[in-house]
Amino acid sequence: MQPFRIHTGRVVPLDRANIDTDQIIPKQFLKRIERTGFGEFVFFDWRHTPDGALDRSFVLNQPRSKGATVLVTGKNFGCGSSREHAVWALADFGFRTVVAPSFADIFATNCAKNGLLAVVLGEKEVSDIMQRTTAAPDYQLTVDLEQCRVKDNQGFSAIFAIDEFTRHCLLEGLDEIGLTLEQEAEIAAYEARRQT
Amino acid sequence: MSEPRTLLDKIWTDHVVCLPPGRLPLLYIDLHWVHEVTSPQAFDGLRAAGRGVRQPGRTVATVDHNVPTTPRGTPITDPIAALQVQTLERNAQEFGIRLFDIDSPDQGIVHVIGPELGLTQPGMTLVCGDSHTSTHGALGALAFGIGTSEVEHVLATQCLPQRKPKSMLIQVSGRLGEGVSAKDLALAVIRQIGTDGATGHVIEYAGEAVRSLSIEGRMTLCNMSIEAGARAGMVAPDEVTFAYLEGRRFAPRGRAWDEARARWRHFRSDPGAKYDAVVEVEASPLAPLVTWGTNPGMVVPVTGHVPQSNELGAGEAAGVARMLDYMGLEPGTPIEKIRIDRVFIGSCTNSRLEDLRAAARVAKGYRVAPQVRAMVVPGSQAVKRAAEQEGLHRIFQEAGFEWRESGCSMCLGMNPDILQPGERCASTSNRNFEGRQGRGGRTHLVSPMMAAAAAITGHFIDIRNWQFR
Repeated sequence: MQPFRIHTGRVVPLDRANIDTDQIIPKQFLKRIERTGFGEFVFFDWRHTPDGALDRSFVLNQPRSKGATVLVTGKNFGCGSSREHAVWALADFGFRTVVAPSFADIFATNCAKNGLLAVVLGEKEVSDIMQRTTAAPDYQLTVDLEQCRVKDNQGFSAIFAIDEFTRHCLLEGLDEIGLTLEQEAEIAAYEARRQT
Repeated sequence: MSEPRTLLDKIWTDHVVCLPPGRLPLLYIDLHWVHEVTSPQAFDGLRAAGRGVRQPGRTVATVDHNVPTTPRGTPITDPIAALQVQTLERNAQEFGIRLFDIDSPDQGIVHVIGPELGLTQPGMTLVCGDSHTSTHGALGALAFGIGTSEVEHVLATQCLPQRKPKSMLIQVSGRLGEGVSAKDLALAVIRQIGTDGATGHVIEYAGEAVRSLSIEGRMTLCNMSIEAGARAGMVAPDEVTFAYLEGRRFAPRGRAWDEARARWRHFRSDPGAKYDAVVEVEASPLAPLVTWGTNPGMVVPVTGHVPQSNELGAGEAAGVARMLDYMGLEPGTPIEKIRIDRVFIGSCTNSRLEDLRAAARVAKGYRVAPQVRAMVVPGSQAVKRAAEQEGLHRIFQEAGFEWRESGCSMCLGMNPDILQPGERCASTSNRNFEGRQGRGGRTHLVSPMMAAAAAITGHFIDIRNWQFR
């Protein structure tokens, strides 16, 4: 997993609440057996008109989104289906972090397993960022996982909370399965205990 | 005296393998269900790291999301879907995992066949790469959906590092009225607490209305816990649970059954146990419900209307214009005036025998409205056989419903069963998200009885006034 320490990047504002994983990656793309190459399909139905043309009014199709790496969005982001394809698609598109007032549980876990940092800020702070980025298409944010801080170079600064273990794994880019396998003796003892 | 404990506390404590310092508790997983869509990358990950499946005997697979519901033997026409199904077959063989394949008499939606085969049991921990894994909690198991990386983690270690979720008690007093089902109760809960009302929590459903539900009804209720954001939903096991499980293929037998039952009785919250949140719901005033928007919390009684903007809470009003535009609805439209094009009776929410019986009772002696295309998709081959033994298929077919093979089908439209753009569907499934049942499709979530009645009248109608034939 790619470690996440400090990242600065351009911001895409997607000001909607309750964006579900069916929107992030529609079902027709879940049939693939690979883990890569989902980026071109991210938000497919919102990025394309029904006849297949690009919808220029959708933010991800606008010039400002090219090369952007920070997604700022509404509460309960990633609700619904457990499909990790949603995270693969966002990461493959180029996002390194998503900032929102809250995330759905399974989505947040999936983010952590893929080096995509899910940052929870207050509603007010998110709406502040939303205003700043809407006003300035080249607006950038720095997300610092070492200091647990989000800031820009125009005075915005906020700290965020994150579970210490998740933070550690992200900072180091750790293989969690490898960590669990370090407990092999405990797992075997548990299994033996359960069988008696 | 030890502290009174919740059902969640008891199952959790039983399954903590160890508490490694600086890490999350390691939770042992008793049963892992695998399906074709969220597993191929997990098996690839095992191969890449040179790891095996730790407990093939605790891992069970089936194909459900992609499979066609046309007669068995028809090949899967989409080559990418066909490859995904074949990939699961190959992986199951390579890693020694039991697979109920497309031709198996036990094939079905993973959350239907788990309980049906007696594999899901009280007090277990159970995971699957599917958010509706919460369904299995109806039997008193701690069952939750995971992503593909976690699928790989469980395959490799039979464990998951997990933060203990918070607990939420949903206490449902009174009884559901005639024509009001577990589905309506599930929608009422989401309406009350919101689509993120239970984020971070495991819900325990309790109270008279829950106790009086069958196991199938409890599955419907637990199934939709995820639509309120919950990690899982559960109901403490009782005599209804034991009667449901006794004699099922993988349930314990003989002396082992008696011992298991004695052990399972312990899986209930102690009097005075503390929850992180408590929600009270009254069952008796509930009417049959219909969703009008693009998330499952946007729901009103069938006797109501599409809300006006001044009837919505401040948080809800934002985005409603877009939602109504997508749904092709005007504020103030009475629900009973909404005409439909399609009906889908199926999904892990409502495709079990009891659901099909309820829908057939409504359909009996009627004909589907001429402009409506209605399909019934049993949740499993076993449900299909049982329904056919009772003659339910004939009732549906004579009424003009399509009677199809088992699978997830139009709940998420990964197979060819999808809505066309603009089509409006009364659906017994669990998500009315934009495009869920097909791009541009408009989904209204309802109970099986409400769906059957809508098929016949061509619009929503209050099932409580139905003339059964």
